Amino acid sequence: MSEREWPLYEVFVRGKRGLNHVHVGSLHAADDEMAVRHARDVYTRRNEGVSIWVVKAEDITASSPDEKDPFFAPSGDKVYRHPTFYSIPDDVPHM
Amino acid sequence: MAHSTPDPNDEHGTVYDSLLGTDTSHWAFGTDFEDPLAGVDTTVPAELDAAELAAYCLALADDALVMSHRLSEWCSNAPDLEEDIALANIALDLLGQARLLLARAAAADPSVVPALPEVSPVPAEDALAFFREAVDFRNVRLVEVPNGDFAHTMARLLLFVTVRLAAFERLATPADPWSSDPVLAAIAAKGVKELAYHRDYSGRWFLTLAQGTEESRRRLLAGLAGIWPLYDELRTAYGVGPEADVVLDQVFAVSGVERPDEAPMAGTGHTEALSRLLAEMQVVARAHPEGLW
Repeated sequence: MSEREWPLYEVFVRGKRGLNHVHVGSLHAADDEMAVRHARDVYTRRNEGVSIWVVKAEDITASSPDEKDPFFAPSGDKVYRHPTFYSIPDDVPHM
Repeated sequence: MAHSTPDPNDEHGTVYDSLLGTDTSHWAFGTDFEDPLAGVDTTVPAELDAAELAAYCLALADDALVMSHRLSEWCSNAPDLEEDIALANIALDLLGQARLLLARAAAADPSVVPALPEVSPVPAEDALAFFREAVDFRNVRLVEVPNGDFAHTMARLLLFVTVRLAAFERLATPADPWSSDPVLAAIAAKGVKELAYHRDYSGRWFLTLAQGTEESRRRLLAGLAGIWPLYDELRTAYGVGPEADVVLDQVFAVSGVERPDEAPMAGTGHTEALSRLLAEMQVVARAHPEGLW
């Protein structure tokens, strides 16, 4: 029997009070539907979630650590890009 | 949760103080657990016979308890990690149903609970699970026979949860005379959501194995043929007929599997497999009847 592994999936869960789906971990599954069900069983057993996304790990394109400086350093000294120079009304949540 | 409010001026305070408040709203995950029996009147309704209600609850409880034990035997043995957790989840769902039902049986008719030493702190549900003999268990044989391979477990699980789901759906409506017990109706309403997932899970695996490789199909057909002689007793015990057959026929059709024609297994009662299962399940509790867990 061949020992081929199921593909790796990354799992994102939106919590009850969460605003965004958050990466919670990864798992193996044979296909997308099975991945959602595995995610339900592995990552939402403690009442954590109300919505699940799964995506094949190989479909994610990530920035490379080698590009860290050209990618991220230029934003390090541009404080004016933060909206901290405005007063935010009290009834605007989640800024 | 009885944590005192942290005093920000207390110099002995720790970084964890703010996590220990009674307000759980800052937790994004894992809060808001519900008590399925919250607000339910636990008085046995006058129109129901308490002893019959207890017997019915025991039968439903024992099926869940024994099936749960068989599923838990897969822990660390399943084909892979994800299925291991999935099977443990299902086992725990069924164990939860068993606990509620055993407690209901004990409340309806305390005489069903085995007598334990006066000093024993064992609650009634545990006394029923761990201190009854095999002959007093009311489960069907389908849940007690030993595990085979994964395909056998999927076939058994599909048959069991399909019938149990049909019975629980009925139990959650006024059409079922037992639903006049508000506790039983609430347990059924909770169980329906769990069993619907179990059916989806086992049905998908049934299809996957049937349409997978030659080997997976061979194993599935062997597992189904092995468990099928006990299906008739299961249907009869739950008083469920066409509602379950319709579902199974759909799964069989899409999987390209013929409905088996093995004859029902003769006899009633239990197989010797139940005694062995109980010996393992009960040994620790029986060795320490005064133990506190």
